[in-house]
Amino acid sequence: MKKYIPFRMGKESISFLIDKKAVWISLLLFVLTIFVFMTSSSIGEAFIPPYDLIQTFLGNGSKFHELVVFSFRLPRIIIALLVGICLAISGGILQNLVRNPLASPDIIGITGGASVAVVIFFMIFSDTSNSLTVSIHWLPVAAFIGAMTTGLIVYLFAWKNGVSSYRLVLIGIGLALLTKSLTTLFMIKGPIYQATQANIWITGSVYAANWSQVQILFPLTVILILITVIMTRNINIQEFGDDIATGVGSQVQLNRLFLLILSTALTACAVAFAGGIGFVGLIAPHIAKRLVGSSFGAVLPVSALIGALIVMLSDFLGKTLFLPLEVPAGVFTAAIGAPYFIYLLYKHRNS
Amino acid sequence: MSAIQTDSLTLSYGKQIIINELNLSIPNGQITVFIGSNGCGKSTLLKSLARLLKPEHGSILLEGKAIAKLPTKEVAKKLAILPQSPEAPEGLTVLQLVKQGRYPYQSWLKQWSEKDEEAVIRALEKTRMLDLKDRTVDSLSGGQRQRAWIAMTLAQDTNIILLDEPTTYLDMTHQIEILDLLFELNELEKRTIVMVLHDLNLACRYAHHIVALKNQKIYAQGKPEEVINCHLVKDVFDMDCKVTKDPLFGTPLCIPYGKGRCLLESNGAGVLHG
Repeated sequence: MKKYIPFRMGKESISFLIDKKAVWISLLLFVLTIFVFMTSSSIGEAFIPPYDLIQTFLGNGSKFHELVVFSFRLPRIIIALLVGICLAISGGILQNLVRNPLASPDIIGITGGASVAVVIFFMIFSDTSNSLTVSIHWLPVAAFIGAMTTGLIVYLFAWKNGVSSYRLVLIGIGLALLTKSLTTLFMIKGPIYQATQANIWITGSVYAANWSQVQILFPLTVILILITVIMTRNINIQEFGDDIATGVGSQVQLNRLFLLILSTALTACAVAFAGGIGFVGLIAPHIAKRLVGSSFGAVLPVSALIGALIVMLSDFLGKTLFLPLEVPAGVFTAAIGAPYFIYLLYKHRNS
Repeated sequence: MSAIQTDSLTLSYGKQIIINELNLSIPNGQITVFIGSNGCGKSTLLKSLARLLKPEHGSILLEGKAIAKLPTKEVAKKLAILPQSPEAPEGLTVLQLVKQGRYPYQSWLKQWSEKDEEAVIRALEKTRMLDLKDRTVDSLSGGQRQRAWIAMTLAQDTNIILLDEPTTYLDMTHQIEILDLLFELNELEKRTIVMVLHDLNLACRYAHHIVALKNQKIYAQGKPEEVINCHLVKDVFDMDCKVTKDPLFGTPLCIPYGKGRCLLESNGAGVLHG
C-alpha cells in the first residue's frame, strides 16, 4: 500500500503530496475533538443530557439550556479550542525554526513578555481604590503587545550577521527569566488586590471568555493558519539548518524573521485571551511528530488538534473536578506538561 | 566557458583570512577535487562557491554571471551543494528528504508537480534508494544515508554538484560506491562535480582536475598525473612519501613513509624518514 497520495489540480498550479497516515490520524483526532466539545457543552454545574443538548443546538431547546450552552459554555469552549490550536502551531513552527524539540513559546519568553505587560497594565491603570481606570477589555491588547515586543527583542538580540537558531534559544531562555523577575517586581509594586487577578491570568484560564472575544480570535486564527499552510515548505526546510536551506534556494534569514513573527503572533493571540497557558506549545507538536514524523505538512493539522484537545480537556477538568471551585486550565496543562518536559530532557540528555 | 570562476576571492572567518586573492576556474563537465591539509580552507572555499559564505572581497561567477547578484532560487537550479555530514530532522523518510531537493521549483501552492515526482523518482533510482524510500533516514546505514543525501542533491536537477567530503565516516566499500556513483553521473550526464576529498589516492583516481591548496593560495592545479609528486605532498601535507603508479588504474599512488613494520630488506621505508 502507498504511504502518500499526490493531489493535483488545475494544470498543476495546485499540487501537494498527501501523507495518508496523517489524514487518518487527523480525522480520528477531529472526531475526538467533537466528542470533547460535546461533553464539555453538556457537563458542568448543570448537566444537560445529550438529547437535550442536540435539541438546543438545533434551536429546539429550553430557554434555560440555551442560556447555559450559548451564553456560558460555548464561547469558553471555542476560545479553549482556538487557543489550543494557536499555541500548538506556534510551538511547532518554533521547534522547526530553532531545530530543537525542547523549544516552545513559553520557554523563549514570549508568554513571559505577555505576563509582564499584563502586570504593568494592572499597575498603571489602577486608581487608589484598586479599581481599574480603563476597561478590562484592553487587557488582551496589552498581552498581545507584550508578547510581540518580546519576540522582536529576542530576534534583535540574537542578530549578528544573521540570526542563528542556537543564539535564538539562548537569548530566549535568558529573556524568559528576565520576564519572570519583572513580573514579580511589578506585582509587588502594584496593588495587592490586582496581584491575585494577575496571578490567575498568568496561570492561564478561559473563564472570562465571551462571544466578542470569539469574534476577534476566530478570524485571526483562521488567517494565521492559512499563512502557516502557505509557509509549510519554508518551515520544513528551516529544520535542515542554514547550509542546506540556502543550498536549495531558500532565503533563510528572511524566512526566519517572518516565521518568528508568525509564531509570536499565534502565541500572542492565545495569551491575549487565555493568559499564560503553558506547555501546550511544547507538548502538542512533540506528540504530533511522534505520530506522523517530522514533515510539517503532516504535523500542522495533527498538532493543532492535539493542542485544542489539551486545552479543552484542561478547561473541562478545571470546571468539573472541584465543583463549585474553578481551577484555571493552565494548572492542568502544567500538570501534564512539566513531567513531559522533564521526560523530554531526560530522553535528549545524550544529544 | 568554465562552470564556476572566482575573481580575486578573499574569504575570512572574523578577522582571520582563510583564502586570499584566489583566482580559480572550475572546468565544465569535469570532476574537480580540492585537496589540502586540515584547516587549509578547502571546505570554506567550497561553501563560498555555493554562496553559503559571503566573500570578504572579490566575486564568484556562475556560468559567467556574478553569483551574488543572481536570485538564490535561480542559483539553486544550476548548482547543488551537499555539506559535510548533514543531519536530517528526526523521523524524516527518505522520500521526504529527497523531496526537499525540489524546493527551487516549487511555489506556495505548487508543491508536488508531475515534474517534481519524476525528478525525485529518477534521483532515487540512480542512487538505488527507490526500495528504501519509505524508511526513515535515521534508520539507514552510513552508506545508504549518504546515498539518500546525494539523491536529494540530484533531485535538484543541477548541472553543477558540490560535495564536501562525501566519503567521510564510510568504510572502503561504501567510499568506492559513492565515488563510482559520482563518476557515472559525470560520465553519462556530463555533470560538473566539485568535491573535497581527504584520500589523496582516490582523489587521483576520480579527479580530472585537482586543486591543491596551501597558505590561503592555490599551490598547484591540473591533471593529477601532472601535478601530484612527492614534492607537492611534502609541501602541501608536510609528509614524506613515494609516488608511484596505481597498479590497477595507472593514476598516481602516494605511499607515505613513517614507522611501522617493514618486511622488506633495509630500503629505509620502515624507519622514521628524514
